[in-house]
Amino acid sequence: MTEFTLLYRGGDLRRHSPEEIQKIYQKWAAWFEDLKKKNALVAIGHPLEKETLIVQSDKSVSDGPFAEAKDVVGGYSIVSADSLKAAAELAKGCPILERGGSVEVRPNMPLNV
Amino acid sequence: MDEHLFRHESGRLVAVLTGQFGIRHLPQVEDAVQDAFTRALEVWPFRGTPDNQGAWLYTTARRRLVDTLRRDRTARLYAEGSSAFMATEPKVSLPQTDVPLQEHEIQDELLRMMFTCCHPRLPEESQVSLVLNVLCGFSAAEVAASFVMGLSAAEKRITRAKHALAEEPSLFNLQSPEEFGRRLPQVHKALYLLFNGGYHGSSPVSPVRADVCREAMRLTALLLQHPLGRVPASYALGGLMCLTAARIPGKVGGDGQLRRLAEQDRSLWDKELIRDGMGLLTDAAATEEVTAYHLEAGIAAHHAVSPDWESTDWKAILGLYNQLLQMRPSPVIAFNRAIAVAQAEGPAEGLKAIESIQDKDRLVRYPYYFTGLGDLNRRLGRMEVARGHFLKACDLVESPAEKQFLLERVRECSP
Repeated sequence: MTEFTLLYRGGDLRRHSPEEIQKIYQKWAAWFEDLKKKNALVAIGHPLEKETLIVQSDKSVSDGPFAEAKDVVGGYSIVSADSLKAAAELAKGCPILERGGSVEVRPNMPLNV
Repeated sequence: MDEHLFRHESGRLVAVLTGQFGIRHLPQVEDAVQDAFTRALEVWPFRGTPDNQGAWLYTTARRRLVDTLRRDRTARLYAEGSSAFMATEPKVSLPQTDVPLQEHEIQDELLRMMFTCCHPRLPEESQVSLVLNVLCGFSAAEVAASFVMGLSAAEKRITRAKHALAEEPSLFNLQSPEEFGRRLPQVHKALYLLFNGGYHGSSPVSPVRADVCREAMRLTALLLQHPLGRVPASYALGGLMCLTAARIPGKVGGDGQLRRLAEQDRSLWDKELIRDGMGLLTDAAATEEVTAYHLEAGIAAHHAVSPDWESTDWKAILGLYNQLLQMRPSPVIAFNRAIAVAQAEGPAEGLKAIESIQDKDRLVRYPYYFTGLGDLNRRLGRMEVARGHFLKACDLVESPAEKQFLLERVRECSP
């Protein structure tokens, strides 16, 4: 089994009603619970604030690129799976997809030989 | 986690924060609460739900609100020049306390907000929409879906009502028994309309909106928690709601089909709600006072304890309708009374009673009028006439479930 990082992007920013928010929250909770049950959740990870600073090679610091909302990385998690394809299969259950978002899946490089 | 945590917290937070910061800041309060919920949605999946969800949301919303108000103040200070600003700015000091309120204080704030929303200057439909939106956390779209209302109509109604409220100097004063007593009948009426809207499914899609009924019951229970709210009419209203809501599982069949009272499987009725309703009726009878809610609740109680339509005590129900009609003369009540007459004395008498209704032309948009006429004529063997009435009723109903039901009746009367 290898570990993979999931990068969450996008997801609609439309104003949701309290009831809609409840439903979306329950979907996230259920998805993480499912990953835990499958022993696939290595680290639940973190959500990220939208503010960005970029330090360039000349040590100048600028505001993040004015990326489109759908390109902004909103958070990450780490899962384990047998292959990149299998990890992507796991990512298909992520609720962010229903809201127009996407999940980038990258293998973590093994740190030993 | 509460199945409707965010809806319930929405009402609580808006009530508490509006109480602290003033009704004129209602829009900023609502935005802050919305932001707190969005934040919860971003963070909670990763950290798990906090032990005290209410406190987490309150702290987050309050911080957002304070930041927003400070920012707004600063912006206006620079825009208007400090002396002009100081002259116009009302003396408001941002409340220092950050400690979440005690439960009974929150209940009081909710009640204050409820009384504020039931302002006599607002049309009744607006009061009901406002209560559902502000107190119950229904978005404008969800309010529109609950009643027969387009989305933009619901939005306009709610916005106008909030503008009117913002002109009030303050939230309703719960401390004054005179003011409380004066506003209470309006609050009862709004809750009654809210419940009815959910029960009679004025929504085209669903014949019953049980969630709206539950909200009305929750708010009536809130009213009964306040010493000034514990009057016979409040108990009767609560009892009426419980006894009526008890029938909901029987009203809509598993197939989504609407079942009339005469045909419902009463074993599906909610026994606990019936028990609660009867208990509230007993409390309502503590004094001699009899309100229209008492009478309606009494009628509902008879249905609740009868094993079926035939063995219902129709004479007693007729007696209650006679009293109700005296108190609230209306063609709809007269019509419901006529149905009771038909049960107690036969369909021919029932039709006579319908004939003698004053202003029965006001019933021409009321589908149950034609359904009732159809039934009585069918029982007297007048199939053609009955068919015509059922077809008219079918034209008037909105929901597919009700239309389907009526088309069945039409088929039954066809050769």
